[in-house]
Amino acid sequence: MTKAALLVLADGRFPAGGHAHSGGAEAAVRAGRITGAADLADFCRGRLHTAGLVAAALAGAAALGCDPVELDAAADARTPSPALRLAARKLGRQLVRAARATWPTPELDALARGFPKGAHQPVVLGLTARAAGLGPEEAAYCAAYESVSGPATATVRLLSLDPFDATAVLARLAPELDQVVERAVAAARRAALDGPGALPACSAPLLEIAAEAHAAWPVRLFAS
Amino acid sequence: MHLDHSHPATPAVSADAHRPDGARRAIRIGLGGPVGSGKTATVAALCRALRDELSLAVVTNDIYTREDAEFLLREAVLPPERITAVETGACPHTAIRDDISANLEAVEDLEDAVGPLDLILLESGGDNLTATFSKGLVDAQVFVIDVAGGDDIPRKGGPGVTTADLLVVNKTDLAPYVGSDLARMAADAKAARGELPVVLQSLRGEAGVADVADWVRARLAAWTARA
Repeated sequence: MTKAALLVLADGRFPAGGHAHSGGAEAAVRAGRITGAADLADFCRGRLHTAGLVAAALAGAAALGCDPVELDAAADARTPSPALRLAARKLGRQLVRAARATWPTPELDALARGFPKGAHQPVVLGLTARAAGLGPEEAAYCAAYESVSGPATATVRLLSLDPFDATAVLARLAPELDQVVERAVAAARRAALDGPGALPACSAPLLEIAAEAHAAWPVRLFAS
Repeated sequence: MHLDHSHPATPAVSADAHRPDGARRAIRIGLGGPVGSGKTATVAALCRALRDELSLAVVTNDIYTREDAEFLLREAVLPPERITAVETGACPHTAIRDDISANLEAVEDLEDAVGPLDLILLESGGDNLTATFSKGLVDAQVFVIDVAGGDDIPRKGGPGVTTADLLVVNKTDLAPYVGSDLARMAADAKAARGELPVVLQSLRGEAGVADVADWVRARLAAWTARA
């Protein structure tokens, strides 16, 4: 295992489609819930402890070798919004393509065959980490970090927010990221023994509701 | 395992010339260029010129709407199932160059849904002079500029103008009205591009898109011959 593989996978330029998604930030900006760096920090904190924790636990469980079909069903059960399910599957499909090109393994090939329209992105992320020789903690870090870095980057584009402020928001969240990853990995290890029912199921209702509204906008910058 | 290794019955990873079932895929031609230079109009004209002789489809990359896709649908240049739009998250150049995954999905879905196809046209969102398509996405690319955007653009160059497989200087009918010197544009383009071809066109003129359509036919013939 090489730690540097984590940098490759976590790089915002990893070509897996994330740049077209705002993680709910576009809807929150339009609704006036994100107007600057302070609001962005609140938004990211909320997303980290809800959707971020669930994604990190799913990714950790996939990295541990849990059945991806069961994990995908668990992700569906934890994603009430059809628009968010669709976005997660699209991103999963894009990630599996990039992953198979960068860290080809029979497991990833099987995943691509089993889910031609894509599995949930955190599940694919965990299997990608596994293919890259990384463990559940690294997979969880990637998922948790993506849950906040996506909205931060999108807000820079949406509000012309100072990019230094946005990056500082992410840096201030680092200690909480560590905590979320710790919880996620503990849950992933339980899920490996007891099944995906042990995974966290905390949701952010406003993210789910806003995603449904956002998907119906005729004019938008981001796909979700 | 080699990166380009193709796995039977598994989706292709990148620019593989064959579909998972072993059939040769459609040639993919990208059209890029600045906002308003006439990319969508050129795509529409190409569809009308080629649709009776080829099986073709279009992917648009809109910046924040489905305007371009909807224009093509409204003009009925192709049946709706042959036109699809990719959302680019405010970064049209990223979707055609740095992270091509969404566009690769779109072309594969089109081949699955309405294939077999001979030709897929990928239109970029209007962008700047440095926006080019990845070779992992397209087999050839056209860069479309227009005379009203300034007759110094061929001289200024940039990756689109200098390296595209075909440079189209569009809206030549407007040249007298905007004070653009067509001869100078052609000479500058020749100097910047060497042997690479340049087409000066007016879609309102009699010849319309004929030269570009001929170029597409030649690329397709070369692509098919390599099978």
